[in-house]
Amino acid sequence: MYRYDEFDAKFVNERTAQFRDQANRRLKGELTEDEFRPLRLMNGLYLQLHAYMLRVAIPYGTLSGAQMRQLAYIAEKWDKGYGHFTTRQNIQYNWIKLEDAADILQALADVEMHAIQTSGNCIRNVTTDHWAGAAVDELADPRPVGELIRQWSSLHPEFSYLPRKFKFAITGAPHDRAAVKVHDIGLRLHKNAAGDLGWEVLVGGGQGRTPLVAVTVREFLPQNELVAYLEAIMRVYNLYGRRDNKYKARIKILVHELGAEKFRAEVEAEYAKHPAQQTQVEEAELARIAKYFALPSFEKLSRFAPHFEDAKLSTPEFARWARNNLAAHQVDGYTIVNISLKPEGGIPGDASAEQMRVMARLAERYSHNELRVSHAQNIVLPHVRLEDAFEVWKALKEADLATANYGLAGDIIACPGLDYCSLATARSIPVAQAISRKFADLDKQQDYGPLKINISGCINACGHHHVGHIGILGLDKKGEEYYQITLGGSSSEHASIGTILGPGFAADEVPDAIETILNTYVKLRHSGEDFLSAYRRVGPKPFKEALYAAA
Amino acid sequence: MPLLKNDAFVNDAWVSLADDAEVPENGSIIVSLARLERDWDQLVSFTGLLGVRLTNTDKVEALESYISQITLVVLPFPAFADGRSYSIARGLRLDGYRGELRAEGNVLPDQLQYMRQVGFDSFAVSDRFPLQVWQSAGKQMSLAYQRGLFRAANEAEVWSARHRGFEPWEEQPHAG
Repeated sequence: MYRYDEFDAKFVNERTAQFRDQANRRLKGELTEDEFRPLRLMNGLYLQLHAYMLRVAIPYGTLSGAQMRQLAYIAEKWDKGYGHFTTRQNIQYNWIKLEDAADILQALADVEMHAIQTSGNCIRNVTTDHWAGAAVDELADPRPVGELIRQWSSLHPEFSYLPRKFKFAITGAPHDRAAVKVHDIGLRLHKNAAGDLGWEVLVGGGQGRTPLVAVTVREFLPQNELVAYLEAIMRVYNLYGRRDNKYKARIKILVHELGAEKFRAEVEAEYAKHPAQQTQVEEAELARIAKYFALPSFEKLSRFAPHFEDAKLSTPEFARWARNNLAAHQVDGYTIVNISLKPEGGIPGDASAEQMRVMARLAERYSHNELRVSHAQNIVLPHVRLEDAFEVWKALKEADLATANYGLAGDIIACPGLDYCSLATARSIPVAQAISRKFADLDKQQDYGPLKINISGCINACGHHHVGHIGILGLDKKGEEYYQITLGGSSSEHASIGTILGPGFAADEVPDAIETILNTYVKLRHSGEDFLSAYRRVGPKPFKEALYAAA
Repeated sequence: MPLLKNDAFVNDAWVSLADDAEVPENGSIIVSLARLERDWDQLVSFTGLLGVRLTNTDKVEALESYISQITLVVLPFPAFADGRSYSIARGLRLDGYRGELRAEGNVLPDQLQYMRQVGFDSFAVSDRFPLQVWQSAGKQMSLAYQRGLFRAANEAEVWSARHRGFEPWEEQPHAG
């Protein structure tokens, strides 16, 4: 894991002091709210429906046990004893007082964390594959480049007042678990014929009102040119991105309006003016960072884990969880543990301070002191010995963290919705809760197979409904919440935007509608065919017929 | 509107010339890009100092054939959240422009450091704030991760500092 050196530590401490001064000036009335807003936003502080919300950056989703404990401490001391893990691999606290914000930022700085640029029209927290450094299909761990980008983008003087927010996602594996094609900039690692690694640079993906899949601007960018090339893209966007309408201000609109060819030409022309030069420092810095991400000292273990096999035989509940929530690890005898933060009837992504401490302890004891936050709002213990999986499961179960629904119907992504958010047009959480209760039967979930149900409480799509296999969008029609259903979305390497099926449903009709869709799938699927593949084969028609036949 | 330069309020010797106003014999004049293009034949032999005021939709390339005669470029911040002029300024500096670069419009203390780092060295500022606010505002962060910025005496470039033996990368030395 990355550790701060004296420079990083000084940087976040100075930033915290700067924010303390700004908050004091605001409290004394020396700054107007208009002037203060972008300053607090760039330190992660939003004003929501009921209180301030603080969004803490978890760069590329990686946390140590001590950091997770500090998040628990913050939840207890300054919030209501819980936190909400988000689709950007961050954590949000929903009940913060402005007077406390600087103290919280200092508490974060104490454990090498911050809330810099988790909001505002700037480069946001960089996200990546939550299995980075452990996944079997990975070419290389993308996190060193994630850290390089974190540093380069932090308080970047040229790119702090962009037309709109800007999100990066990076993957080092061919199977994209980081949704890079629906980000402002997505980076995918490739190996060329000579065996060198380089980045495919994708630009202009996004969700929100205008969901678009990113276009490839460079097929293969040498690693040492990355920072200079990113500067060229950002400069083109900063100069030409629209500022007349905030709904048309993301880079995807610029790419779309110029067309991919013209946009690419603009970027290449800008890059040609100031191409990468003297990149030795970037290379040295990347090499320095990469050392922190060296694999932990794994034991040499057998692939066969007798204790693990015995436990599965003796405890069917554990066997089910193991089948669903464990993923293959690069190293024999190890496994990736996916902890579902989606208990039946729970709030997706929420964890109590006590649960955070349990996960911190398990990470320290069983997972080389590492945790990950996934963009699907779950927590990952990336490096667990198979022989320890049963012990981990028992501890998780005791903390109500052992729901065996990872990647299934109950593993729902949902934004905070109208329960918290001032932008929302409808509630998301109660709908997610109702669906998870409807499909509480894990046998049924398993029968439905891999499934992504994503729920957003407004058109801004924080719940990623456009890329849900089943997407649910909450809208408001004359004071009544109603929900539009889309099918066929995906954020994988074969990304697609879901198609709207037809008229929306009232909140209490949504779970039945989802069941109708899934039963239709079960009837028409080929053997072994998952929901998305079946949908892509047959299209929306049979689902439409089943849903709207009665009407 | 006070003019801030080198941490002090200074007198502004520059005069903005309307597009239809007569060019004086001498002095320091600021003209629009349109005027510069239209009257270049006349302005090229102007014996005083020549400055240009850009809008934030003008392209850096538009100045290319005039830049060697220009000693002041004025860039606007119509709103402090409109960040286009940061990139225009940076583009000018990367292209090697070494004259004065002035920010005007909604220029506030909390953006001053960023402006200086991309190459601005004079600021037509709001008179809401006393001088000491400006002086301290530009110095709150002593570290920057980015390379090639314009650094004040108290500022260090993190990556270069970490990897001694590599000089800090700068297009040109600059007092800021």
